[in-house]
Amino acid sequence: MSPITNTPSRWQEIKVLLDFYPNRMKYAAIIKAQYRLSAFLWLIGLAIEPVIYLVVWTTVAKERGGVIGGYTAGGFAAYYIVWTIVRVMGIGLNPWVFEWRVRQGQWSPLILRPMHPIHDDFALLLGDKVMDIVWLIPVVSILINAFKPDLNPTWWQGLAFVVACLLGFIARTVWMWVLGLITFWTVRVAAIFDLYFAVELLLSGRVVPLDLLPTWARDMANWLPYQWTFGFPIEVMIGRLSPTVTLQGIGIQLSWIVVGWIIMQWLWRRGVRRYSAVGA
Amino acid sequence: MAAIEVSNLSKSFFVPVRDAGLKAALQSLVNRKTREVQAVKNVSFTIEPGEVVGFLGPNGAGKTTTLKMLSGLLYPTHGTASVLSYTPSQRNKSYLRQMTLIMGNRNQLIWDIPALDSFELNRAIYRLPEAEFHQTRDEFIELLDMKEIVTKPVRNLSLGERMKVEIAAALLHKPKALFLDEPTIGLDVTMQRRIRAFIQEYNQRYNATVLLTSHYMADVEALCKRVIVIHHGRILFDGALSELVDRFKAQKRLVVTVEQGMVDLSRFGEVVSQEDGRITLQVSKKEAPAITARLLNEFPVSDLLVEDPSIEDVIEDVFSQRIGAETDTAVAA
Repeated sequence: MSPITNTPSRWQEIKVLLDFYPNRMKYAAIIKAQYRLSAFLWLIGLAIEPVIYLVVWTTVAKERGGVIGGYTAGGFAAYYIVWTIVRVMGIGLNPWVFEWRVRQGQWSPLILRPMHPIHDDFALLLGDKVMDIVWLIPVVSILINAFKPDLNPTWWQGLAFVVACLLGFIARTVWMWVLGLITFWTVRVAAIFDLYFAVELLLSGRVVPLDLLPTWARDMANWLPYQWTFGFPIEVMIGRLSPTVTLQGIGIQLSWIVVGWIIMQWLWRRGVRRYSAVGA
Repeated sequence: MAAIEVSNLSKSFFVPVRDAGLKAALQSLVNRKTREVQAVKNVSFTIEPGEVVGFLGPNGAGKTTTLKMLSGLLYPTHGTASVLSYTPSQRNKSYLRQMTLIMGNRNQLIWDIPALDSFELNRAIYRLPEAEFHQTRDEFIELLDMKEIVTKPVRNLSLGERMKVEIAAALLHKPKALFLDEPTIGLDVTMQRRIRAFIQEYNQRYNATVLLTSHYMADVEALCKRVIVIHHGRILFDGALSELVDRFKAQKRLVVTVEQGMVDLSRFGEVVSQEDGRITLQVSKKEAPAITARLLNEFPVSDLLVEDPSIEDVIEDVFSQRIGAETDTAVAA
């Protein structure tokens, strides 16, 4: 019996993805909508973090004559309100998903699909975000009314923000995958993720805007992926970057995606050979 | 050319070993020991297109590991496998579009949405033309009587209902090679029958090659003319189901009903049971005709049945150490 030679062309592959993504995103959004209470509580928890940072930094700014590192109270408000959007848009996978897939054999159905499993994760997370945006609208509105941010983006800043947010999400998810695939060797990966998240907390612009960090920390941040998945989109939106710097930043985001993708594919090919499909 | 060709296929795993208790756990921090477990040892067989083959063996025999290697989930340690002329471990996308692996106790559908939506997702994943997809889907819904259940979220379905939608989802892309691992496990008799009939129908309609594992001999008897028996990772038997009975059970069962009730027939063979004048005797296959004649001559027999032993009994014997040793010799010969 000769094989049916229907190896799809690159264009056919893209057509499959163009068909798959909207469908998978739709079902992810539907599922997310089913668990309203869980989504609501999650969002409350998410909103508390930037509010704490916001209160602390606006208080410090007022005490220091109104400006710190170029940020006024309104500047901090803008930073942390946009922070909330970037945080939600950047949420990727946690280590337990990867551990569960290896421990319970949950990679099996994904491996046997004629499609790279990362697409399922991308589409699932993007679908989740559709519902997250719906929940975010009232939260951001309340924060804007309460903290009066100094936020007046131009059309190109708005557009660049959307692009930077999307690329930041892709870069973060790809690098989560790079870490997650280590489970093929170690089974447990939570400690590695914890280390990644600890550095991310400081060098991404999450706790504090990068401009307020010492020079050595900023230099270090420039050579790591964190700020390009978090601080960069925020700075684009609040108008701290020129069009040239914004374009350079988008280029760096793309570079991190490409580097991460190559490493991810390399690990995937080797890791899947070690997969024992236990439990499934 | 064969649909499935397997040559000296082996798979071994390294598993950590340590004694129970805290002390052993602490010792294992610095001195970790592993043991190599050979799940499949030099297995070879070929299956022709359209054949339905039963893959039998006790738990831990290596059946599922073999199926996983043939589907492309696991990389073989040694040996080669070819399915539909593809090497499964390369997981070529064209290959994955033409095969399916169904595992009876696993759920591959999305839990929170109706099966119809999961079907739709499979349409996108497998690039199925809309019209063809709708036709196949509706055909499967009809065949498996799923009209009422495909609109419910999968989490609300019973085990049997879930298995039906699971099988339908796995076959929507009309695979040419089917690897079925315990497809009827845990299901009631009616559901088992329906799934068996569906697999049979699918095999005949699409000339699909099927390799099936099951602990239910009814599945094997209904679907498979040929069986491969595997134990401790080695093939013990590969041939027709009827040949398995002939080769491994050189005995017949005579069920005799005598008018005078209780009589002692132990001199003719092993008395398996005796109840209400109905006596079941196990005798050697060679002597069965002579013993039958003697029983009819010597006793007022009102009824007499000559039966082959059940497949379950045969399989049990094949797996027993005694027969296993004999078979090793037979296979080697």
